[in-house]
Amino acid sequence: MLSPVGNDVKTSWEAVQAGRSGIGLIDRFDASEYGTRIGGAVKDLDISPWLSTKDARKLDAFIHYGLIAAQQAVDDSGLEEFDALDKERVGIAIGSGIGGLEFIEKNVIQMEKAGPRKVSPFFVPASVINMISGNAGIRFGYKGPNIAIVTACTTGTHNIGYAARTIAYGDAEVMLAGGAEMATTRSGVAAFSSARALSTRNDEPQKASRPWDRERDGFVLSDGAGVVVLEELEHARARGATIYGEVIGFGMSDDAHHITAPPADGEGAARSMKNAIRDAGLAPDEVDYINAHGTSTQVGDVAEVAAVKSVFGSHASGLAMSSTKSMTGHLLGAAGAVEAIFSVLAVRDGILPPTINLDNPDDGCDLDFVPHTARAADIKVALSNSFGFGGTNGTLIFRRYEG
Amino acid sequence: MSTVEERVKKIVCEQLGVKESEVQNTSSFVEDLGADSLDTVELVMALEEEFETEIPDEEAEKLGSVQDAIDYIVAHT
Repeated sequence: MLSPVGNDVKTSWEAVQAGRSGIGLIDRFDASEYGTRIGGAVKDLDISPWLSTKDARKLDAFIHYGLIAAQQAVDDSGLEEFDALDKERVGIAIGSGIGGLEFIEKNVIQMEKAGPRKVSPFFVPASVINMISGNAGIRFGYKGPNIAIVTACTTGTHNIGYAARTIAYGDAEVMLAGGAEMATTRSGVAAFSSARALSTRNDEPQKASRPWDRERDGFVLSDGAGVVVLEELEHARARGATIYGEVIGFGMSDDAHHITAPPADGEGAARSMKNAIRDAGLAPDEVDYINAHGTSTQVGDVAEVAAVKSVFGSHASGLAMSSTKSMTGHLLGAAGAVEAIFSVLAVRDGILPPTINLDNPDDGCDLDFVPHTARAADIKVALSNSFGFGGTNGTLIFRRYEG
Repeated sequence: MSTVEERVKKIVCEQLGVKESEVQNTSSFVEDLGADSLDTVELVMALEEEFETEIPDEEAEKLGSVQDAIDYIVAHT
């Protein structure tokens, strides 16, 4: 994992448990003319141990991030030391919400200045979204299904859910799955600003992402990547793999409502959660923790609370729901992957990560949002939501692995 | 001021990610320096920029080695 709160899983999870924000002033470009001048950047990353200079130059930063997260996941999994691995049975599903925006910008500007002959021959392979999966396949020699689902902010969740189904269906034994994003570019920040989606709390960056708080004013655009290794259970046991948790449910739905806004009652989100709970074969009251989509927007935060109340009824007040985006900001296509990792670690460690900056909950926002500080809790089942532009929803459910 | 040969070799190193010691005048971009077809296109673009010239596609295809590039640049700039 690469995130605004750390350049690996351990560091990021420690930061989230400590309630540390990773949001700061944008320094990747001169943002002085922008209404929003804050973002969640990946910081102090030396890519040279991961990628050669020659390869790095031919790939957009979102691919750097995705490949580094994939390499971290593979290293941690021990797959490379497992001699009996059938690489034709290992697949990859790593997407992005937007793709190589920075590379696209540079080449379009170059074309405007110097003409079409100056467009890089690497323009397409450096910027299209399936090139994390494609490059990871080349790097690791994994020859199974290779795909990249693109569903805006639901990308990471959909790729992990799809990958789990690919294994359950029998098309692969092992899948690398997740998402990556690097959209805090000149045009990316400008576009989300024009859509009035971003917080403009420029003088207090670390307080800008404040899901469910009365003073919230939009999300904070962040960069990073999350990749997990999913593996058929007996395959993982047989090789003695470290098992962090189990994927037990996946659900999807569509709002069929509006290109950017959810319906006020969160009806589409509710159906996504119900589908995942049914897929897991759980009763709703078996869900202990929800890692919310919770982006800190006016409409979205309230709609998700309404959806949770409609799905869980009286149990809504008995479960905990927090938004780690209060610390990381919104990683768009990487968000679902990063939050899947936090959800699995929450049930593994029995820790509820907090929602920071929740000083005054808004009207109707009356669930246990784990405000300000993390709490220890005996939790076994975590649900993670992602909702994307276009009205696309995805929900994953994870259970603590108990052998 | 660097010679054409030095400037060409510097660009070859940058574009193909190889060390200076690996680059001989006789080195073939594809066979010796590991370039693929896309790398060679970008290499030609970098040479055009460095020497403020335009290398037509049919000429660019003939530039197989470091010496070919040096000869072309010397003859056309």
